[in-house]
Amino acid sequence: MAGVTLDTVRKIYAGNVEAVKGVSLGIEDGSFCVLVGPSGCGKSTLLRMIAGLETISGGEVKIGERVVNQVEPADRDIAMVFQNYALYPHMTVYDNMAYGLKNRGTPKDEIEKRVKEAARILAIESFLARKPRQLSGGQRQRVAMGRAIVRKPQVFLFDEPLSNLDAKLRVQMRVEIKRLQRALGVTSIYVTHDQVEAMTLSDKLVVMSGGQIEQVGSPADVYRRPETRFVATFIGSPPMNILSGTVEGPGRVSVGGQSIAVTDMREGLTPGSAIEVGLRPEDVQAGGAAASSLSMDVDFVEELGATQLFHGKVAGSEFVVQASTGQLPADTRKLMLAVDPANVHLFDPQTTKRLGRV
Amino acid sequence: MVENRPFTQFMAYLTLALGIVIVVFPVYLAIMASTFDAATIVNGNMPLTPGDQAGENYSRALFYGGKLAREPVSMMMMNSMIMALGIAFGKILISILSAYAVVYFKFPFRKTAFWVIFITLMLPVEVRIYPTYKIVADLGLLDTYTGLIMPLIASATGTLLFRQFFMTIPDELLEASKIDGAGAFRFFKDTLLPLSMTTIAALFVIQFIYGWNQYLWPLLITTKSSMQTIVIGIKKMITTTDALTEWQIAMTTAVLAMLPPVLVVVFMQRLFVKGLVETEK
Repeated sequence: MAGVTLDTVRKIYAGNVEAVKGVSLGIEDGSFCVLVGPSGCGKSTLLRMIAGLETISGGEVKIGERVVNQVEPADRDIAMVFQNYALYPHMTVYDNMAYGLKNRGTPKDEIEKRVKEAARILAIESFLARKPRQLSGGQRQRVAMGRAIVRKPQVFLFDEPLSNLDAKLRVQMRVEIKRLQRALGVTSIYVTHDQVEAMTLSDKLVVMSGGQIEQVGSPADVYRRPETRFVATFIGSPPMNILSGTVEGPGRVSVGGQSIAVTDMREGLTPGSAIEVGLRPEDVQAGGAAASSLSMDVDFVEELGATQLFHGKVAGSEFVVQASTGQLPADTRKLMLAVDPANVHLFDPQTTKRLGRV
Repeated sequence: MVENRPFTQFMAYLTLALGIVIVVFPVYLAIMASTFDAATIVNGNMPLTPGDQAGENYSRALFYGGKLAREPVSMMMMNSMIMALGIAFGKILISILSAYAVVYFKFPFRKTAFWVIFITLMLPVEVRIYPTYKIVADLGLLDTYTGLIMPLIASATGTLLFRQFFMTIPDELLEASKIDGAGAFRFFKDTLLPLSMTTIAALFVIQFIYGWNQYLWPLLITTKSSMQTIVIGIKKMITTTDALTEWQIAMTTAVLAMLPPVLVVVFMQRLFVKGLVETEK
C-alpha cells in the first residue's frame, strides 16, 4: 500500500486553458481523501491525472515513492470506479471483474479465488453469470467496485461513483464504500460535488475551486473553521449566511447598526473598515435575547420535517435560519437571533480569506 | 399502429398486398418458367402452375450449362460466392480497422485522412473504372479472384458506419480497459469487436449482396469462362445472336442466382434482431 503525493501539479489544455493550477497535496497511506468542489473546478482532471488518463502538464505525481508522470495507467497500480460504471456490456459480471487480472497474466485459479472473494464481500455472488444490463444501478455499482477490488491496487480512485444512483441507494452505497475502505485499508481518492458525501466519507477533505485547492483538512475542521468564504458557503447545507459589516473594535463587529461579539477575530483590524460576517443557519438561536443579537424579517418558512428553514433578511441581506420544528410559530414575521460569539466567521471582503486569530 | 380503425387497417393491408404482388409476381413467374421446357415458354401459353421439367432444368443448368454457353451454373455460383464473400469480408476488415484508427488514435493529418476516405464516396467503381482496370491489368491480376475482389473492397460507407458506431461507445470503456491493462489491440479484440457484431452483420448483408450483384467489373476483367460470375452468365444466356434463347435454363439460373442473397438475408436477419434486442450501449 502507498500514499499519493502531488507536487505543484498542473494541467494546461490546448488553447492555454489552465484547468489545474499547481496543486500540491499529500495523501497518507490508507486514508480516504475526498476532492470536492463545484463542476469545472478541476477535481476530476486532477483525479484523471493521478489515474494516468490525462497527461500531466507540469509538476509531479508520486504513488508511494515512485514518480508516475510517464507511467501507463495499467502500470500505476491503481483501480478506478467510473461515474457510469464503464462495465463491459458484452461480458458477464465474472469476466468484467476478471478481465484486468487476465490481461496481467494472473493464473486462472488465482483469478477465480479473487473474484469469488470480492463477490462475497460485495454480496454479488449470485449475479456472477449475468451481463451488466441485467443488473440494477446499485448492483452495477458493486460490480464496478468489485472490478477495482480484485486487482488489490495501491490506490482506489472514485470519480463521482454515486451520482447515477437514486437518493436512497446513494446513502446506502456511501456507507458501504466507507465500510469497505476501512476494511481493506487501501488509500482512496474520491471525487464528488456532493458536500454530504464529502463530509461523511473523508478522512481528509480537499475543497477545490477554479483549479486550486481552497482548503485541506478533516471534515470537522473544514466545517468549523473554513479558511475562505468559498469554503464557508460550499460546505454546509443550507449554506452559510454572509452579511456585510464593519469592524467596531477588538472582538466586536457591527452589522446594520447591530453590534455582535466575535471570539475568533484577527487583531489589529482598523475600526470602521468593511468586513464580511458569516453565520451558519444552524448556529444562530432564534428567539430569546442574548449579549449579541440580530433582528430578522421573515419572508417565508420551508418545512423539512424535523427542522424548519426561516428565510428572510438581516440588515438588508438574505438570511436563513434553521430551527427545530415547533420551536417557533410558522407565522413568525420578526425574529431576534441570539449569536454565540464562537460561531461567527469573519472574512476579508477583498481576498475572501478568513480573518481569524493567527 | 397510429390508428386502429377497421377501414384504415383494411387500406393498410390492401396496399401491403398490392406491393407484395407487384414485387413477387415476376419472381413467381421466373420460378414457374424454370419448371417447363423451352417450347412451352416460347409459345406464350405458359401456365401459372408448376410444370414437370424442374429436375431436368436444374440438373442441366447446375452441371452442364446452356447449349451455347457451356459453363455449368455451379461453377459460376462458386465464382460469385468467392467474389461476394471476399468483398464483404474484405470491406468489413478494411473499414473496421480504418474507423478504429480514425476514431481512437491521434496522429498527424487524422482529419485529412478521414476526409480523404469520405471523398471517395463520390468515386464509385464505375467512375474510376479505366484507371482501376489499368492498374489491375498492369499488376497481372486479370482473370484472378484477387483482381475481382480487391478494387471493390475499399469502402467509405463501411468506414463511416463503423466510425459512427464507435463514437457512441462511451470513452470510459476505453479508459477502463486502459486501467485493466488492455493495449490498443486487446481493446479492439476484447471490447470493440464484440460490441460491433450487429454493425458487422448489417454491413455483411449489404456488402454480400453488393458483391454478388456486381456486373460491370467482372465483365471487364474476366475473359476466361472459368472465371465467369453468375450475373454475367445469365446475361450471356439471354443475349444470343444466332440461336434461340433457352429461356428455361436462363430462368433456372436466375432462380439459382437469387438463392444465396435470400439465404444471407434470412439467416442474418435473425442475428440482426437478436443483436438489436440484446445489445445495450
